[in-house]
Amino acid sequence: MQVIKAEGLGKRYTIRHQSREAYATLRDTVAAALKKGGSEAASSRSHGDTYSSEFWALRDVSFEVEKGDVVGVVGRNGAGKSTLLKILSRITEPTAGTVRLRGRIASLLEVGTGFHPELTGRENIFLNGAILGMSHAEIRSKFDEIVAFAEVEQFLDTPVKRYSSGMYVRLAFAVAANLEPEILIVDEVLAVGDAQFQRKCLGKMREVSRQEGRTVLFVSHSMASVRALCSRGMWLDAGRIRLSGSPSDVIAAYLDSSVSVSEGTIALEEIRRPPGQGDRLIIQRVTLNDGAPVLHGEPLRLAIEYHLRHASKAVAFGVGFSSLEGVRLMSIDSDLSEERRDFEQGHYGIVEAQIQTLNLQPGRYALDVAARSGDNGGLDYLQSCVWIDVLPGPRTPAVIIREGGGVREPAAWEWRSR
Amino acid sequence: MQELLIEAGHVERNYWRDLWRYRELFYFLSWRDILVRYKQTVLGVAWALIQPFLTMVIFTIVFGRIAKLPSGGAPYPIFVFSALLPWQFFARSFSEGAASLVTNTNLISKVYFPRLIVPAASVMVGLVDFLISFGLLAVLMAWYGYWPGARMLALLILVPAAIFTSIGPGLWIAALNVKYRDVRYLVPFIVQLGLYISPVGFSSDMVPPQWRLVYSLNPMVGLIDGFRWAIVGRTTLYLPGILLSLAVSVTFLAFGIWYFRKTERSFADVI
Repeated sequence: MQVIKAEGLGKRYTIRHQSREAYATLRDTVAAALKKGGSEAASSRSHGDTYSSEFWALRDVSFEVEKGDVVGVVGRNGAGKSTLLKILSRITEPTAGTVRLRGRIASLLEVGTGFHPELTGRENIFLNGAILGMSHAEIRSKFDEIVAFAEVEQFLDTPVKRYSSGMYVRLAFAVAANLEPEILIVDEVLAVGDAQFQRKCLGKMREVSRQEGRTVLFVSHSMASVRALCSRGMWLDAGRIRLSGSPSDVIAAYLDSSVSVSEGTIALEEIRRPPGQGDRLIIQRVTLNDGAPVLHGEPLRLAIEYHLRHASKAVAFGVGFSSLEGVRLMSIDSDLSEERRDFEQGHYGIVEAQIQTLNLQPGRYALDVAARSGDNGGLDYLQSCVWIDVLPGPRTPAVIIREGGGVREPAAWEWRSR
Repeated sequence: MQELLIEAGHVERNYWRDLWRYRELFYFLSWRDILVRYKQTVLGVAWALIQPFLTMVIFTIVFGRIAKLPSGGAPYPIFVFSALLPWQFFARSFSEGAASLVTNTNLISKVYFPRLIVPAASVMVGLVDFLISFGLLAVLMAWYGYWPGARMLALLILVPAAIFTSIGPGLWIAALNVKYRDVRYLVPFIVQLGLYISPVGFSSDMVPPQWRLVYSLNPMVGLIDGFRWAIVGRTTLYLPGILLSLAVSVTFLAFGIWYFRKTERSFADVI
């Protein structure tokens, strides 16, 4: 039986370029209307001509999902995955097309939506359950199960602001895992939490779909969980469906797509960010080795070019190399070397870093680039924005080329008889 | 089996049914806001008592003692307090309602539910404060030996009227605030100005008769007059004024709901 049928789905966003404020202000809108002599009503369109452009986050997307299917949606950042989930969950409405959904829907786009730090674990279970669409009676009947799954029995009456982040995530996921919708929509929530808990969640999701015949639509950057969980795969690229089929075919095609593998300068300014990222500071370009190939066993030079849209203090930059399955393997962060700088608004800058020997085994990696302010304020974050090939260098031993070995570190060895 | 069609421009087809289905979320959000409010402030409930009490004392001194305005023979504190009840309820509910969507950004961008629930739930916090103040009024009346008559029953109509009077403009400002973030600076200004142009510290009988109807264009005028009539008594109701105030607040409510519903669909995209 068909439970989801999407036809010609499209979503258009209007992006405001280079405007100083992140949000429209009534003051500006009124002023713009007055300048026009009051002949036109104040609308964002009236000054939209100069500041904004349109872009389709999703275009002509049609697909069908059968009952009991677990569909894994993969694709790069800004490919339209989250937009698709938001339309299916009715958070935002499509600009074009239709979706027919059969059955009760629950969506989990974030772990712990609506959790309030001042409330206790017990209170938050009820609140979060209600937010996810459970009735009071339903939550009460599931309460013990939720508490057991989250392993937080002793802390039920403690405000969650005193929870460790692990406990917080466990509790939040436990509530969601006990939802009983016919269609479950999940966005990248497994990326949080420790490995053991992730396995537990994957197990729970698999159990839910196999035994109870529920339909799951699941977005992930982790190819491993898509492979483990899904019965079908769907690859979104630039707002369109590039391929739909068995998970292994889709993953293989997605990982093979060489379009994004890059040498030289990588332009990042036009890539769409999650809301809030890139507003104060935007990372414009990243250059590795001045454009020369990245070689194993050789130095790696890194240059990040950025622009300050607002003044920011204690800014640090970092890059990360992850496997295409989504596991972070290596990180370079300026704040780890106590390198932070304050910047004025409008500043254009470049920061360079060098590591003496790149020990990441030859292969293809996803590059993450980030800028932070202070200890936790994310300024800009591009997750797996580009794929980088690390090639064998002149000093790379044949055994590494043949058999890999992860990050092979030279070490000081000492031999003694005892 | 429940079937749902999502289509451009038609997402809200089941809106009012959904609003009913999500009523438990409304209870929970109100409950959360109330819990958090009384947990976070150290003084908690005491604060809900101190604030109206001190305002009452100051208004009694300024308007009753210094300006020597008439109260129709009732003790000035009771006279002032009967008006402070609806006024403070309005001020709190309107401010909380106006800010509610932006403070619940994470909910709006991550979960579907009829958005009307958020500002409506935040008004309920004002209602708890209202009940606490009402208890204070009861103490005050007992102190003065001022026993209410059967007119008090009119509160059963007046309290819901106060709720709707606050929700209407609250909805409008809340929706406007999502798109234009500078709107929130207007809210304290409106509340402050409103206190002066509403008959809280004085009686609306002070307004010259020829201006009385115009004065009632402020929906709080009719509401406050109604509360005072029900609690203090000793005044006659100026019926055209009450009806006009009521009409204005119904208009505000209709406009608030209309504007909210019109813009609601794009909340998640702009918030």
